[in-house]
Amino acid sequence: MRRVALNNTKKESTLFRARALVISIVVTVVFLLLLFRLYDLQITHNVHYQTLSNDNRVRVEAIPPMRGLIYDHGEVLLADNKPNYRLDITPSSVNDMDALLEALSDIISIQAHELRRFKKELRRKQSFQKIPLVYNLSDQEVAKFAVVQYYFPGVQISASSMRYYPQGKHFAHVMGYVGRINESDLSRLDRRDYAGTSYIGKLGLERKYESVLHGEVGYHHVEINAQGRPLRVLKTQAPIKGVDLQLSLLKSLQTQAQTLLEGKKGAIVAMDPNNGDILAFASQPTYNPNLFVNGIGQKAYSQLRDNPAQPLFNRALVGQYPPGSTVKPLVAMAALEHQIMSPEQTMYAGPHFRLPGNTRKYRDWKKQGHGVVDMSKAIAQSCDVYFYKVGHEMGIDNMYQFLSRFGLGQLTGIDTVGEIDGLLPSRTWKVNTKGQPWYPGETVITSIGQGYMLATPLQLAMMTSHLATQGQTYQPRMVRATRTVGEEGWQPVAPVPMAAVEVGDTRHWQVITQAMQDVIHAPHGTARAIAKGIAYNMAGKTGTAQVFSIAQDAEYDEETVPENLRDHSLFVAFAPVENPQIALAVIVENGGGGSITAAPIARQLIDSYLLREKYLASH
Amino acid sequence: MPAIKSDLYEHPFRIIYDFLKIDAMLFMALVILSLSGLMVLYSASGGDIDLVQRQCIRLLIGFVGLLVFAQIPVEQFRKWSFWLYLLGVVLLLLVLAVGDMSKGAQRWLDLGFIRFQPSELMKICLPMMVAWYFSGMSLPPSLKSITIAFVIVLFPVILIIRQPDLGTAILVTGTGLFVIFLAGISYRLIAVLMGLTMAAAPVFWNYLLHDYQRVRILTLLDPERDPLGAGYHIIQSKIAIGSGGVYGRGWFDGTQSHLDFVPERSTDFIFSVFSEEFGFIGASMLILLYLIIIVRGLIIAANAQSSYARLLGGAISLSFFSYVFVNIGMVSGLLPVVGVPLPLISYGGTSMVTLLAMFGVLMSIHSHKKLLGH
Repeated sequence: MRRVALNNTKKESTLFRARALVISIVVTVVFLLLLFRLYDLQITHNVHYQTLSNDNRVRVEAIPPMRGLIYDHGEVLLADNKPNYRLDITPSSVNDMDALLEALSDIISIQAHELRRFKKELRRKQSFQKIPLVYNLSDQEVAKFAVVQYYFPGVQISASSMRYYPQGKHFAHVMGYVGRINESDLSRLDRRDYAGTSYIGKLGLERKYESVLHGEVGYHHVEINAQGRPLRVLKTQAPIKGVDLQLSLLKSLQTQAQTLLEGKKGAIVAMDPNNGDILAFASQPTYNPNLFVNGIGQKAYSQLRDNPAQPLFNRALVGQYPPGSTVKPLVAMAALEHQIMSPEQTMYAGPHFRLPGNTRKYRDWKKQGHGVVDMSKAIAQSCDVYFYKVGHEMGIDNMYQFLSRFGLGQLTGIDTVGEIDGLLPSRTWKVNTKGQPWYPGETVITSIGQGYMLATPLQLAMMTSHLATQGQTYQPRMVRATRTVGEEGWQPVAPVPMAAVEVGDTRHWQVITQAMQDVIHAPHGTARAIAKGIAYNMAGKTGTAQVFSIAQDAEYDEETVPENLRDHSLFVAFAPVENPQIALAVIVENGGGGSITAAPIARQLIDSYLLREKYLASH
Repeated sequence: MPAIKSDLYEHPFRIIYDFLKIDAMLFMALVILSLSGLMVLYSASGGDIDLVQRQCIRLLIGFVGLLVFAQIPVEQFRKWSFWLYLLGVVLLLLVLAVGDMSKGAQRWLDLGFIRFQPSELMKICLPMMVAWYFSGMSLPPSLKSITIAFVIVLFPVILIIRQPDLGTAILVTGTGLFVIFLAGISYRLIAVLMGLTMAAAPVFWNYLLHDYQRVRILTLLDPERDPLGAGYHIIQSKIAIGSGGVYGRGWFDGTQSHLDFVPERSTDFIFSVFSEEFGFIGASMLILLYLIIIVRGLIIAANAQSSYARLLGGAISLSFFSYVFVNIGMVSGLLPVVGVPLPLISYGGTSMVTLLAMFGVLMSIHSHKKLLGH
């Protein structure tokens, strides 16, 4: 047996050697063919190709297109292109580089990092190529240099255009910013289109709409000599400017929203429920986007990054908060849908709720309890015990199913980058992520928007928008119109309807809206304080989200809890109730109760928006 | 074929090579090739030392990979063959399902920490699989086994064509066909198959190729039909090579490359830069170096003891050959532009590390022999 195997091995080895010999011959022949081809090109036709190479004198140089401008709804400029003066040096025309740099530093200010970059490029590039020394010269420096230019052969100033955000920090979280193109940007774009471009949208709308804002590159066909020096321009193909954008945001409302949150940490999202237009999209603290355009210095960047208040963090879009009592209107509606409660049905709500057969107390925010309440009162007074009971009877599956119709736990599809989806917990979610079953106690706290549930301010605004339109709202959007070069005026972007929220009985919408109106307008409403002098009907809901869980029998005392563990203050609202024009969500981190901090901010914003509308109507 | 005894073998350093489990001649040739690559890359990049440094780091990683693979007994590779092939196929299916689109083709798989092309992995998994399949039987294989081998080859190839990535599909097919050839498929059958392929070519042209692929082939046949578009690359590359002459224009003195006329001059078209600057003499030496590596690889394969090691070793050497041929053929205008880098010279990461790992397998075939006592 072994002998046969060995024989076989020997036979196979011989077979392989024969095949390897054949293929070696093929390889050699193919390589000879390549050599013959090279011989043909390099020796036989050498003179021909040498001539072609010497005649190769036309170089194509890219001309960057103008980036599209961005305006607010009222034509206030939010992103502009301003001239930028750059100082270039052509090394081959300079005798003593060190002396030149020394002399230049007396006239203009050269940063240490610019000098380092310049010296690095000096080693890398050929001597006839221009190397930028300073980007962004001031007008003064340009004027000063122009006077003495004569003494500096090989030094030129060239003008290009640079992004500038006139509204600065107030729109930073909306617009994002452009920055210098880096390696990772290069991998996701077509190098041909960006041949002359130095900036690209990095964040926010600048990134989302990069493809339309950028425009189309143009070309100079330049005749050059054998050393590569340009002689004259033969042909020019002009670049095409990028598309201008008109946002749905109002500069006045956005600035007011940012200012109202100044000194706090929080976010505001206000939108028009009738078309999805975002009216204000505020997040505080914020930063100056202009710092990023030409590359932010290491020191300035680490200051922003390491700031504990996280100014770079876009709270309106990616801040995830427990929605707290702001979900109570939805839970009440779910109870109507599943016939757990009728609107008129009353119950006695004591100081706490207990699951059957369990000693754990789920306490109400009001120490003595609310007494006898119906659904409207339960919402208006934000009675926790009522919702504990309703939620427990409904069960997590019904609650999850109903709340998800309002977009909780899902992306809204807003036209910017980086949106996240929050968290609407369910049985399946818990098994998949925690490997544990769902406990009844978790349903209890989910019904008041605590526990695992998380929502972004944008999602809360959308939820309110659904309530305002009885489930017929639109996808949120920031860009409402575009303007292409060569076209007349603004082309509106059609609003995209969201899937309608279907409920069993449409009268339930009115029940909930009435209860939300009581939150502000009834004497027992939690937000009654903001009703003073109000000129329209508002519907809303306060919320207080716990950051810090207190022990079973301890009391929450604002004085003794450190500031970063104090409750978040939330408020959602829409107005006017009869014909909603605005829906919003306000969140103030560690702001305490929803009625104290968030609700007054909402009142001020809605006032300015609706009164502005009135002002426009009367003219 | 008698084994060629290398002079290097008598060298006092032999003990080191034995310790590292590598073949001295092959290793030296790879090192010389890589160093020439760095030299021409420095010029092709316009003197960008950072880029050369990055390439150096990749080379070091690649050579460390080679040494690591050289330590693994070839029997291990045989055991992994089937599973690696299965993994490769699953990843290819995944690319079609969820892969990243880039420039109209879906080739990349993003695993969060790394982005790579599974078709690259197939270049090594496929020959391993076919060699593994043949290693279980006595050779030459029966008609039935050959049919099954073709199925093994064509299944992943069809997935790669769907991406679509015709260039890689052809190269991957090549690696599989080399194993089938080396296993001893009869010449008569080869003739029949070639005849069938010829007959099927018109169908392929009309129904399976994308428009851009047809343009590339038409452009190859007549570059002048589109001198500013697709033909531009080939024309400029030929001018660069042709103007190099016998001795070349000298290092850093190639005007075609330095005035930006040669496209992709650090990557796919680096051979044009090399030929422009070092001329016919330089280019011939480079091709000779490639030939030495390929033939040495085949000799190592022929001296291996198991049929798996022989087939795999042969396939590795021959796939290396096919990359060299396709790249040089492409830049000199003999083959269509398919985007294959010049092995160990072009700038770029994935293919270089894969290639050096493949040579690590060859080294392992060379050094892990059982003492049969013949």
